[in-house]
Amino acid sequence: MRKPESVMPQDTPFETESKAEIVFRSVTKRFGSLVAVDHLDLEIGQGELVALVGKTGCGKSTMFNMISGLMAPSGGDVRVMGHDPFKEFDWFRGKMAIVFQNDRLLPWRTAVKNVEFGLEMLDISKAERRRIAMAWLDQLGLSGHEDDYPHALSGGMRQRVSIARAFATNAELLLCDEPFSALDEITSKRLRAEFASLVRKNSKTAVFITHSINEAFDIGDRIVVLKRPAEIAHDLRISPETTDAEKAEITTMIHESLSK
Amino acid sequence: MNDATTSSTKLSLFAVATGQKIFWTVAPFVVIAAVWQFASQFFPPFLFPSLVDVFARVIDILMTWSKLSSVLTTAMRILGGLAGAFVIGAILGFVMVQSKYADRFLSPVLTFFQGIPALSWVVFAIIWFHGVEFRILFIMIATTLPAFTFQVVGALRSMNKDLLEMVMSFRPGRLKFFTAMVLPAVLPEILTSWKVNLGNASRVVVVAELVGSSGGVGFQLLRQQQLFDMAGALAWTLQLVFFVLLFQRLLSFIEKVAFRYRATSERRL
Ligand SMILES: Nc1ncnc2c1ncn2[C@@H]1O[C@H](COP(=O)(O)OP(=O)(O)OP(=O)(O)O)[C@@H](O)[C@H]1O
Ligand SMILES: [Mg+2]
Repeated sequence: MRKPESVMPQDTPFETESKAEIVFRSVTKRFGSLVAVDHLDLEIGQGELVALVGKTGCGKSTMFNMISGLMAPSGGDVRVMGHDPFKEFDWFRGKMAIVFQNDRLLPWRTAVKNVEFGLEMLDISKAERRRIAMAWLDQLGLSGHEDDYPHALSGGMRQRVSIARAFATNAELLLCDEPFSALDEITSKRLRAEFASLVRKNSKTAVFITHSINEAFDIGDRIVVLKRPAEIAHDLRISPETTDAEKAEITTMIHESLSK
Repeated sequence: MNDATTSSTKLSLFAVATGQKIFWTVAPFVVIAAVWQFASQFFPPFLFPSLVDVFARVIDILMTWSKLSSVLTTAMRILGGLAGAFVIGAILGFVMVQSKYADRFLSPVLTFFQGIPALSWVVFAIIWFHGVEFRILFIMIATTLPAFTFQVVGALRSMNKDLLEMVMSFRPGRLKFFTAMVLPAVLPEILTSWKVNLGNASRVVVVAELVGSSGGVGFQLLRQQQLFDMAGALAWTLQLVFFVLLFQRLLSFIEKVAFRYRATSERRL
């Protein structure tokens, strides 16, 4: 069988560093004495769909915060699209969208106004904003709830509004922190499939955090397994040809490294 | 048919609820008034004037333009002082949240100011300034500024960090960030601070009006004192109370409209 390798772009040997969408070079993040991310090296190429798997508290959300420029690394270098996300914060307007671990809806805005929020930053006309937001709410099964305030929505509905808010901006980089965790199995399966096809169809780059190995298999082209503190334990590529036996083996491997 | 019965039960339930609400708002005052009226039978009018007289004086003030203008003048002074203090307080508050040094410098100064009695500001204002209106404005601002500033600082600091970061992740411009995030987030606490400061300001204003003003509720109260006119004193006091109540109502109404997005629990506190 094709042994899952610990790899970096092996199929594109001449790739220069600037071509990769996201580059972590020896990145460390400390919170006081706590080391959340430890000398992490990672490259994610344009158009990749990467699943990040790791124990709770291993620094996944912290990695997202550094990619999105909300946090500066304590050491090392983070590059996204060739730019420094923390220092060149505004350069990324409209270029990345985040689905946060908790829904983070603005309580004073209705569902549709929450979805429109990202579009407002992009100077899109009012009518166009409304049209896009409505279409996304509809796609996520929220028609009829456009004018509800977040407090009147269920947890899963709120999560879907926040997914709609991120996707509506049509950004080329999507960061999703356990986007489907608050949903039932069936809805989650449907959305995963839609998410994967959306990303592939529009050749976006997407990184998503998940605790579900099944979910990682369902959508990812690549699974990055992290140790604690965030350091790469495994970096695996999967494809439609990966057999169930191989998947089982990978699953065992992930389970092993997660239980360490 | 069924619908009609339920809606009529609903209506009568609503009527009962409203009735109860009115009863509990009015009842305490009725009791106090009754006790007062009872006392007025046994004491001379300059101690406990009959409420009928007081009521007549209240109406007289409201119907006589020269007197009503005193009430309006005082109301404007309250609102002007509050507005001034709020604008300055909001600016100071922003600066204090953005700069640690500004915070370290201004916090003790404002705390120190909070300890100064309103009457001291009156004395300072008389010595420092000439114009009556300016003196009053100065006193109103000096006495309400610290509270406003601290409330703005508190409101800004307690903004939800998760929401703040979510908004920032979309890279809004400054204006957009302010209107879409900061303003709605701090509005509840700002309205509360207005309510609190309104009470303070209405108590300070009458003292401030002793700086030589020839109009206003404070001036009128001083005259009633000189005339030993208790009914007049009460009537003028009530004007101020009415104004505060009216304005509080307005603020509550704004709250109700602006914060309809809020979730309410079916359980009471
Ligand atoms: N702002 C912060 N201040 C201090 N410590 C923090 C902060 N953010 C994260 N940490 C710490 O960093 C570590 C990693 O946190 P992080 O949120 O990245 O974990 P995670 O991998 O996303 O976990 P989970 O899967 O539970 O969401 C944790 O030990 C956490 O306590
Ligand atoms: Mg997390």
